[in-house]
Amino acid sequence: MRTLIRSRREDRAAAPHDPAPSRLQYRLNRMWLSPLVRALVTRVLPVCLLLAALGVWGSRPAQIATMTGWVAEIRASIEARPEFQIRQMAVSGASPVLADAIRARVGLDFPVSWFDLDPAAIRDDLVRLDAIARVEVTVELGGALRVAVTEREPAIVWRRDSGLELLDASGHRVAFIDRRDGRADLPLITGRGGDAAVPEALRLFEAAAPLGARLVALKRQGERRWDMVLLDGPVIQLPETNARAALDRMMAMETAMDLLARDITTVDLRNPDRPSVRLGPEAMEYLQMTRDFTQGLATR
Amino acid sequence: MIGLFETQRAMRQMRKAAMQRGVVGIVDLGTSKVTCLILRFDGAPAMEADGVGAMAGQAQFRVIGAATTRARGMRHGEIEVMQEAERAVRTVVQTAQKMAQVRIDHAIVSFSGASPRSYGLTGEIDLGGREVSEGDVAAVLAACDTPDIGHGRTVLHAQPVNFALDYRSGLSDPRGQVGNALTTDMHLVSVDQAVVQNIMHCMRRSDLELAGLASSAYAAGVSAMVEDEQKIGAACIDLGAGTTGLSIFLRGHMIYADTVRIGGVHVTQDISKGLGIPVAVAERIKTLHGGLMATGRDDRDMIQLTAETGDWEHDRREISRSELIGIMRPRVEEILEAVRDRLDAAGFDDLPSQKIVLTGGGSQVPGLASLAARILGQQVRLGRPLRVQGLPQAATGPAFSSAVGLALFAAHPQDECWDFDLAEHGYPARSLRRAVKWFRENW
Repeated sequence: MRTLIRSRREDRAAAPHDPAPSRLQYRLNRMWLSPLVRALVTRVLPVCLLLAALGVWGSRPAQIATMTGWVAEIRASIEARPEFQIRQMAVSGASPVLADAIRARVGLDFPVSWFDLDPAAIRDDLVRLDAIARVEVTVELGGALRVAVTEREPAIVWRRDSGLELLDASGHRVAFIDRRDGRADLPLITGRGGDAAVPEALRLFEAAAPLGARLVALKRQGERRWDMVLLDGPVIQLPETNARAALDRMMAMETAMDLLARDITTVDLRNPDRPSVRLGPEAMEYLQMTRDFTQGLATR
Repeated sequence: MIGLFETQRAMRQMRKAAMQRGVVGIVDLGTSKVTCLILRFDGAPAMEADGVGAMAGQAQFRVIGAATTRARGMRHGEIEVMQEAERAVRTVVQTAQKMAQVRIDHAIVSFSGASPRSYGLTGEIDLGGREVSEGDVAAVLAACDTPDIGHGRTVLHAQPVNFALDYRSGLSDPRGQVGNALTTDMHLVSVDQAVVQNIMHCMRRSDLELAGLASSAYAAGVSAMVEDEQKIGAACIDLGAGTTGLSIFLRGHMIYADTVRIGGVHVTQDISKGLGIPVAVAERIKTLHGGLMATGRDDRDMIQLTAETGDWEHDRREISRSELIGIMRPRVEEILEAVRDRLDAAGFDDLPSQKIVLTGGGSQVPGLASLAARILGQQVRLGRPLRVQGLPQAATGPAFSSAVGLALFAAHPQDECWDFDLAEHGYPARSLRRAVKWFRENW
């Protein structure tokens, strides 16, 4: 009978070649034949290893520097291509003064690369200019930076403590001016908070058009209502609300009774139910005299 | 009797799982060689060619891996040294897997030893004029009187071979027929439990789930006999290395199985002892020059003997072929006579046909057919296994008939007793209904 326990060395030397796989070999072989393990080892594992190796290699600082250098180089070479160069800026719809202001504001040093331009940012910047109502900034490849401007239309002159300003119909500042004479064609408003009520003021000016050149200005009182100031005439105090209706009524009175030609210092329309007038000194005297005369007749 | 079958039932479930996966391993544990076939069940259509029939239904599978290796640690078809047997199984399974490039998890195993013993059982139930249902078949199988199979024995096969309804016998499927008394004949094969447990243990250690067990005598009969022989009645003699298996078929069912514990190894041992040469050399000259019928020419046919004793005179001898035949023939005669005894004991003479099919590795000895004809009767032929798709040429010899038979058995398993569920065994519908009723009433 064969000895059951033999020394290892003797066993190795004496044993003939045995084709039988060991238990471990057998198990590994079977595991290798199972489709899941096979797919894992042949597909998933190599991909994971590759990614891990790339990650380790790429996370070294030197490699990162090289990579960013490469990227920057490639980026620069693409940016420098003539196809992406913007050579000029075309401003349309702006007066020459405004166009110069826009150019100064954009402040680009042409030619410039298409990649360095941010039309949205330029647009946001330009919109902040007072004189510009709307602006469209487009970039044409291989062409120009186009700036299409819609200027604000000055509608009114606002005199305030610091100086004269031109306002558009919405009350937004268009420009500062030095002299009222510069835009004599535009109506004048004064007083603090006048710019906030420009649309109403424009409507009032429209209603007061028959007054012509007698109308000097609208004066904002206490940031809530308008006083209309006439040349050599009374001050018309308008109510806070329904100023236009009150003014229309006053104009009707003017047409009917020639009100403003009389010696009146103030027409008070603040109470819409009861318009009242303040008489001038001569009229007052005359009224007194008339009253005395009437009383005298009565007593007599 | 029901308790015995739990393992077999579990194996049936395993077989179903394996069929669903489509890959089953076949392991034939022999005394001299271990064979593993890997079958793929993919429902391949039968070959549409002239002269090719349904191929006995084996066209639905294909052999995708086959391997054979020298068995070790086996004796008389039983495991003698567990580690060695396990190594042999590992070798053969790994080689077959390598060929198939598929791993097998389920294996159907056949073995030749464990001294099978056959019992014929009869069972009867009263139907009372009803139609026979599946439950009745189960009931009649359960009604079979259990023989005393002895201590340490277990049931390997329990196949219903015949049903009789009243006085009509020979029914293969009584279901749907009306009658009063249903009778069945069951063929039960018992084997040594320890041997079966060893084999199961060996498979478990090789990480394989056992999906079926079969006696190799039965498997050899399935593949070596043609369908007519199985129907009319014939005996298959599987001349193996350690044992000679014997199975008798009638009406398509095995009705008797036995083994003679003498085989080709004993012939080799006789040559080795008689001529004083190593067993390996004896095996070689047996397979190359062996024979059973001496002719005048065999006296002049000299065989060189080699040995390694160092004695030149002893190591350089030659013998004539007739001497070799003179050694082999008595042993083969002894085997065949033992088979004859078993056949007589089984009442083989009473069968309508006395056809005998010789197969197994031992049947390749020249002259066996004529020698067997003298001892067993005139209707002897040599059988080779059925040809199945994909089987390598090297595995088509008679030595592989039990492996191929096992493959056929895997594809078309014979109905066994444990395939029929007893009505009482399943969950009773009535008590379930009662539980539902109780639930409704109380909630």
